[in-house]
Amino acid sequence: MENYIVEMLNITKEFPGIIANDDITLKLKKGEIHALLGENGAGKSTLMSVLFGLYQAEKGIIKMNGKEVKINNPNDANALGIGMVHQHFKLVEVFTVLENIILGVEPNKMGFLQESEAKEKVLYLSEKYGLKVNPDALIEDISVGMQQRVEILKMLYRDNEILIFDEPTAVLTPQEIKELLKIMKDLANEGKSILFITHKLNEIMEVSDRCTVLRKGKYMGTVDVKDTTKEELSRMMVGRDITFTVEKEEAKPKDVVLSIKNMTVASKIHKNNAIRDVSFDVRAGEIVCLAGIDGNGQTEFVHALTGLEKLVSGSIKLCGKDISRSSIRQRSMGGMSHIPEDRHKHGLVLDYTLEENLVLQRYWQKQFQNNGFIKFGEVRKYAEDLIERFDIRSGQGPETITRSMSGGNQQKAIIAREIDKEHELLVAVQPTRGLDVGAIEYIHKQLVDRRDAGKAVLLISLELDEVMNVSDRILVIYEGEIVGELNPKETNVQELGLYMSGAKRNTSKEIKNEG
Amino acid sequence: MDIVYYLVQNMLPVAIPLLLVALGGMFSERSGVINIGLEGIMLFGAYFGALFVYNVQGTSMGPQTILLLGMLIAGIAGFLYSLLLSFAAVSMKANQVISGTALNMMIPAAVLLFSKMFFNSDGITTNKNFYIREIPILGDIPVIGQLFFQRTYLTVIIGFVFLAIATIVLYKTRFGLRLRACGEHPHAADSVGINVYKMRYAGVSISGVLAGIGGYFYSVGVMDGNVNGHTGVAGFGFLALAVMIFGQWKPIRIMFAALFFAFLRTLAYSVSLIPFLFNLGINQTYYKMLPYLATMLVLALTSKKSRAPKAEGIPYDKSQR
Repeated sequence: MENYIVEMLNITKEFPGIIANDDITLKLKKGEIHALLGENGAGKSTLMSVLFGLYQAEKGIIKMNGKEVKINNPNDANALGIGMVHQHFKLVEVFTVLENIILGVEPNKMGFLQESEAKEKVLYLSEKYGLKVNPDALIEDISVGMQQRVEILKMLYRDNEILIFDEPTAVLTPQEIKELLKIMKDLANEGKSILFITHKLNEIMEVSDRCTVLRKGKYMGTVDVKDTTKEELSRMMVGRDITFTVEKEEAKPKDVVLSIKNMTVASKIHKNNAIRDVSFDVRAGEIVCLAGIDGNGQTEFVHALTGLEKLVSGSIKLCGKDISRSSIRQRSMGGMSHIPEDRHKHGLVLDYTLEENLVLQRYWQKQFQNNGFIKFGEVRKYAEDLIERFDIRSGQGPETITRSMSGGNQQKAIIAREIDKEHELLVAVQPTRGLDVGAIEYIHKQLVDRRDAGKAVLLISLELDEVMNVSDRILVIYEGEIVGELNPKETNVQELGLYMSGAKRNTSKEIKNEG
Repeated sequence: MDIVYYLVQNMLPVAIPLLLVALGGMFSERSGVINIGLEGIMLFGAYFGALFVYNVQGTSMGPQTILLLGMLIAGIAGFLYSLLLSFAAVSMKANQVISGTALNMMIPAAVLLFSKMFFNSDGITTNKNFYIREIPILGDIPVIGQLFFQRTYLTVIIGFVFLAIATIVLYKTRFGLRLRACGEHPHAADSVGINVYKMRYAGVSISGVLAGIGGYFYSVGVMDGNVNGHTGVAGFGFLALAVMIFGQWKPIRIMFAALFFAFLRTLAYSVSLIPFLFNLGINQTYYKMLPYLATMLVLALTSKKSRAPKAEGIPYDKSQR
């Protein structure tokens, strides 16, 4: 019989209208990295919250080192040596790194803080595990990657032996992900036991020893990672075969739908312009991808295009009409649909119901209102229709508060709303961010569908796989300028990377001639 | 020079209530609860403090002893009254501004009612004199002695002691660190095992104690030991909120802000003594508007840069993450 440090046996946890965990068993060995895989809403986070004491399970027991334990709150978990890096960091922005690490377990004499003592320990730990941080820096001044290191140090400072990472790579750049995975391996080698929640198969294959798969709240099994493949894992997770490549036919571009001329947009952060003299066209029936590393002006570009921000100079034409100065509503009515980068901020009113969100782009139309009074019956019918067609899953149907929905279904709701309204151009900004393979496949399919229906699609993406797979034409943006136009069939990831990092560029003349 | 001495001597007793109440507001907001009920808590504390003075003024107790005991009672009264806000805003998750406003509306009426019932007047009038002509030894120091230790009240020294304590508690103790965490990111505090509700109760209670004492010191240092249901504390509770914002929720800055407002008020009441201002021939009533005008101006100018505790005003709900 093997020794497990943590055993979660037959855990069942219900929420109103949904069984989040149905008879799930998870056993963690000491010193291993154990991945917990599942789609959005499969119950991964709930299971971990049960282990961390944020929720109490209705059925099932938790054993540590063979003895049954009760975990009623995070304090209990902490006392048992269980620590967690939450997906959304729990850091006080105006505190220093050190203050955040010691918060809750402050070394003190008669209530007075003894910071120097704490600092020594933090510096020792950061040295030992290669977690570079500056203890005196304010959280708000440091990068996301460093904030995550602070979260890890928080656990190490508490001498936690079991470390839970809740989708830790979702917020990181590729470089930072590499560093994190190395740190996780080092921690495991030091004897820490790691639970790694994720839906990114590559990361699982790279670092974990074993993997437990959940699907819709049910236990699908635990496998040794070295004996399995990505395909098998994804089949366990989704319940069917997943294609990692997008199947599509040759694009047949027709008329120009979107024409951008010499667009310049100011930056909110620095004095220089975020977008400088950018010109390109998007035609009906093609997917053009604006690729680049995060922070090269994509956000400002999209904001200017969709009307959230003003242009400094230049013009935007949509279906031949100049919309450079049009309001957001006018642009939307003129045929622009927008899947925004930040679905919480710009995509949904989180505390509205699903049906209210679905009708946000058209509640004023005659179909849905009469002299200013909303026809709720019509709204309900429409929402139910969209929910059915786009397979939006939620606890209470049209009446679900969107905040409570999983990320993938929130994104489906936005896509349903934007695609179902009249449009000629679909602007999709990082539409698959933070989503699992099933949802990604679905969204890619929708984008290709739009293209085949003769619409123009402008995709803004940071994911190289997505750029290469989905687009018909790639424009690379670097420091606010288009530095290259590539054909995905004639290029490869390496070349694309060189353009994205600014190491290579076509002359701007070439681009204009081609466009 | 005499005018300077006179202004400072008169400014300090006015500044101290503002300082204490603003510090109270700071503790409350740093824990995440907006305490707009400071005005009401002040009057509540002042009323009980004055009631105590009224009852013991005939005994042989010395004035400074009475002042200290009165302070204790005012502090306790303020604490008890503030529990109403804690209960509504923290335990019951009510809207903090509305709950605070309710505290403000109840007290002037209650003071008037009870004063009419028991004293047949609009408030409580006491005849104890807390004024100190000169503090021994310290008062003899040249310049400083004249500025700070002559023609003053014990309240001034107590006020600065509270300031020192507040600064240390907020920045140097475990309690202070946890309190600030609850006002900035209560979920983070909760996730490391800090009881957010308890800390918020503590924050509001400290503000209750300080506002109660502040109200009492207002009646001692500004109103000669009297309390009046009509004029209350003349908007000092709201002024203290402005002082707190102007002071950016930081104790030392709050002190300077309190001195600034107190100076304007003292200046306004001393126009007849300052030939330059007197000769301008402006009706003196306009000068009395100064602190209040300055409040509006200061808030309008600083509000864009000001950085309130991030989670203030939002009732803490464990389940929302």
